[in-house]
Amino acid sequence: MPGSPDMLRADNLVLPGRLAGVGLTLKPGEVTAIVGPNGAGKSSLVACLAGLLRPASGEVLLDDAPLAALSPRHRARRIGYLPQSPEIAWDVMVETLVALGRLPWQGAALHRAHATPADDARAVEEALAAMDLADLRHRPVSRLSGGERARALVARVLAGEPRWLIADEPLANLDLAHAAALVRLLRRQADDEGRGVLLVLHDLATAMNHADRVVVLADGRVVADGPPATALADDLVSRIWGLPARWLGEPGAKALVLA
Amino acid sequence: MTRLELALVLALLVAVPLSLLAGRVWIDPLHPDLANATVILLELRLPRALLAITLGAGLGAAGAAMQGYLRNPLADPGLFGVAPTAALGAVLAMWTGAAAAWALPLFALSGAGAAMALLGLLAGRQANVALFTLTGLMIASLSGALMSLAISLAPTSFALSEIVTWLMGAVTDRSWADFVLAAPLTLAGIVALRLAGSDLDGLVLGEAAARSLGLDPRRLQAKLILGIGLTVGAGVAVAGIIGFVGLVVPHLVRPFTDRRPSRLIVPAALAGALLLLAADSLCRLLPLVTELRLGIALSLVGAPFFLALLLRLRRGAGPDAGLA
Repeated sequence: MPGSPDMLRADNLVLPGRLAGVGLTLKPGEVTAIVGPNGAGKSSLVACLAGLLRPASGEVLLDDAPLAALSPRHRARRIGYLPQSPEIAWDVMVETLVALGRLPWQGAALHRAHATPADDARAVEEALAAMDLADLRHRPVSRLSGGERARALVARVLAGEPRWLIADEPLANLDLAHAAALVRLLRRQADDEGRGVLLVLHDLATAMNHADRVVVLADGRVVADGPPATALADDLVSRIWGLPARWLGEPGAKALVLA
Repeated sequence: MTRLELALVLALLVAVPLSLLAGRVWIDPLHPDLANATVILLELRLPRALLAITLGAGLGAAGAAMQGYLRNPLADPGLFGVAPTAALGAVLAMWTGAAAAWALPLFALSGAGAAMALLGLLAGRQANVALFTLTGLMIASLSGALMSLAISLAPTSFALSEIVTWLMGAVTDRSWADFVLAAPLTLAGIVALRLAGSDLDGLVLGEAAARSLGLDPRRLQAKLILGIGLTVGAGVAVAGIIGFVGLVVPHLVRPFTDRRPSRLIVPAALAGALLLLAADSLCRLLPLVTELRLGIALSLVGAPFFLALLLRLRRGAGPDAGLA
């Protein structure tokens, strides 16, 4: 198989009732948005890519090797995953929450450590800085605003220093300004750190304006895959979402209006 | 060792000698009546104190692990059904009149082992937290029913009263043999729970996030079954059912930690030891005709505490109200 070994690829994934043969190759340094109507299979697809769901057929390849062959901790060091609307069970401090992202690197029962405590501290520091949380590090999570909480959850994933960052609706419940701020911070992870960033998004305008690439999913199939302006063409959006719609505005600041 | 753990160890070092001196017969450390004091201290109070510490440590650690696993501050190690199944074993020992001193703990430990094996078999490949807990509840209720059946069919009224009294857990009149049996099992159980610590930390963010962090849910379940089975099973085998320690102790300690489940297990074990030692000493001192049973005393104090906690959670005021 030719091509760069630095990639995460889904190969003809099938999950009965959810995915009907999905293929997708992610590249580092790129922000890919997955969009689609409810029930299109977006969450199932990213859970497969993160190694949390085993497809009925097809496979996920990390650097040309089957993802399923990696140990859970090894996989966790390569792929960071933020589930949809995660809960935080105990009222820990922001810093403690973010440090949980280091678990796959740390030694534990029957597992050897893959990082020194100094590595852990530095990674947590960088994750806090990347998400503008340095000032909030000692705040209990119960006293965070919605936007701060969303950033803290992303910082937890970043602390694991994953090559691939997969987030299932990280912008849910955020207002426009906070969503834009978080998307900018996620963009920087791709642009500056070279991570491959995969986001499930509900808001098509965010995907249009901020992603490098958009994958449209409907009924468990990829119906469009490419640069935002191509993948989210007016007629495709109208057909898939069942509403006559078109894009207005300049590139980078487009808005979807109902025709 | 953290500062909290150090403080609890120091408190225990003070509490143990105090508890040894207190009781029906007070022992003056400066002018001991040597003949009696030696017997009272070595044969009665020291094994009793050490047993209280052992049981309290096991129950405290089990409660902390259980609350971490279920991500719920109202969880109790009893939810796994180990205690009632161990008690069922003990009741059967008394019911059949197995007279040997080792018969009752052996039957009780077999009961605990049976509960652990059932949990492991029924928990399923998915290792889903809710299903696992419901399995435990089902085991608990089945054992409870069988225990009631055994009690109602008790062959003699003597056996009946023996069973009922025993079920109200206590550490009175326990010997060194009981301590020697319970201590290593409890210690092994606490070690298993401590080894589950980092997995429990991953669960702070829910099951999906924990799995994305590399947690293997089946291994976590195995550690929990082992840890809770050993601590709770050993406790029931030598002292009957003692409730509320596993529920209450983690609450008392949690505010002094960073609230990560892994950091709670050892302090909860130490605090549980302290609580049970203090409670048992108080039971011994209360001026009643017969000594108040430890299990009853703890329930009398624990139930109102639990209610207060529920009310606080309902108001959403508690710092750990985040039940999501």
